[in-house]
Amino acid sequence: MSTNTANIVKSTRTLQNIRADFPILQKTIHGHPLVYLDNAATTQKPQCVLDALNQYYSGMNANIHRGVHQLSTTATEAYENARITVQKFINAKQAKECIFVRGATEAINLVAASFGGKFVNSGDEILISAMEHHSNIVPWQLLCQAKGAHLKVIPINERGELKLETIEQLFSKKTKLLAITHASNALGTQNPLAEIIQSAHAHHIPVLVDGAQSAPHLKIDVQALDCDFFTFSSHKTYGPTGVGILYGKTHWLEAMPPYQGGGEMILEVSFEKSTYNEIPFKFEAGTPAIAEVIAFGSALEYLERLGWDFITTHEKTLLRDATEKLSAFPGLKIIGTAKEKVGVISFMLDGVHPHDIGSILDQFGIAIRTGHHCAMPIMDFFNVPATARASFGIYNTIDDIDKLMMGLHEVRRIFPSSALRAPSPVEREKEK
Amino acid sequence: MVLDELYQELIIDHGTQPRNCCALNNANGTAQGFNPLCGDKVQIYLNIENGIIQNATFTGSGCAISTASASLMTEALIGKTLEAVMNLSTCFKALLTTECQSSQSETEDLQVTLGKLAAFSGVKAFPARVKCATLPWHTLQAAIQQVPNPVSTETP
Repeated sequence: MSTNTANIVKSTRTLQNIRADFPILQKTIHGHPLVYLDNAATTQKPQCVLDALNQYYSGMNANIHRGVHQLSTTATEAYENARITVQKFINAKQAKECIFVRGATEAINLVAASFGGKFVNSGDEILISAMEHHSNIVPWQLLCQAKGAHLKVIPINERGELKLETIEQLFSKKTKLLAITHASNALGTQNPLAEIIQSAHAHHIPVLVDGAQSAPHLKIDVQALDCDFFTFSSHKTYGPTGVGILYGKTHWLEAMPPYQGGGEMILEVSFEKSTYNEIPFKFEAGTPAIAEVIAFGSALEYLERLGWDFITTHEKTLLRDATEKLSAFPGLKIIGTAKEKVGVISFMLDGVHPHDIGSILDQFGIAIRTGHHCAMPIMDFFNVPATARASFGIYNTIDDIDKLMMGLHEVRRIFPSSALRAPSPVEREKEK
Repeated sequence: MVLDELYQELIIDHGTQPRNCCALNNANGTAQGFNPLCGDKVQIYLNIENGIIQNATFTGSGCAISTASASLMTEALIGKTLEAVMNLSTCFKALLTTECQSSQSETEDLQVTLGKLAAFSGVKAFPARVKCATLPWHTLQAAIQQVPNPVSTETP
């Protein structure tokens, strides 16, 4: 057996094992086996994550960081072990730089409120890009409104790539933060962040990276990236909902005021004054999502066990195969054709609204996302009301892509191409 | 197949080749509707004289269901009194949302009142799509009432 064939056999076996780890993939939808291609919205959960949730509630449920009893000690240990897992996952220098929040959205809001509240003043600028998710636009708009600051936007080109040549001109002495996505949820574009961060730092501008769409697909190394903040969500990395991470460099987190007040985040409270706990606890007011944090740790360990070689190679294969097949489909146009992409493909089909594509595919058990993907400015840029989006995860197969293509043929059966349709009265009028 | 129930020939026809799809110069009632979930937008234009809808048109962008709904709605409105239109609107919403019709005669009554609009009965099996079909009707009510602000399918 050649090395190549051996690799294919090995990867097929790995893929079968992976699929067996995800109970939901056994489900049928409208009588068809589930083809789940909506991973950019949320990923499915492996058995080890489900087990972790169950084991927590059946064997160690207690509040953390406050009890002297055995269960509390066990739960606290498991919770803090998850923090170390996160630290290793993103290669943070220290575990205390990893703060558990509700999700990437809350992480960005935390930075906007705390960092922005302290360091952003009237007339200052926050720089974002034209391909941001609403969660990396609106918190900055709120901050700018409150402070009288200005929001500046790095433009994109028609392939959906950042216009890198414009960035230098957009940096100014008033720029207090660059907040930018690592990978676009609507276009799949993967941004060349290392260079961008380097040039931002040359202007003494700190950088927040929205890693919600990169953490599930790429090996993250926050020290190599040298970003000041990095945010991502558990539920998009095969973990439970309700948990996410804000990574921040120690000196920033220590300089920033608390985000929310409550238990856990204090050292001493009197009615005159409270003193705040150290990081990360300063930013973790109240009882956190303990079970979900522990299960999130299990999800990250699961990804590490698969290994980034496998994950990136497999997802690149899926992206390439799907791009080829979709591009060859008559009347289909891919929105977002950047050179570097993660496994996300947005597309339009001539004469069919994405919403109709979604409903038809669903009848064949194929789950895709249709709509504006919480990125309305991108839709405006490409002058489309919405797109259909297929996004891949570790358990997807070439067979899933073939089923998507079969589904699209069904869409065409119901909605023939406008070239084959009789012209409408309106169209006939226009031709005159 | 349930898809064929949803995408009946009449709906595909009006969804891909909508009628009355233009602005109306002499409109005296107009309103904009927006479904933030899918980005569907519709603007309804009405010319109402003496309590009768003389003309009705729409513009906007949306899926086949919402486009066909707007197209067939405007056809159904023309020549009707506002009272008849309100009754039609109630019947249309009942067709899409009622759990089960109480009796066969009531179902038949509904079908008779709705005429061509009964083609939307298949939408009921697609809960995620009901709002696509009702958006033009919600917007119609706003146009009749001359509410200046856009209406939304999502209550705040």
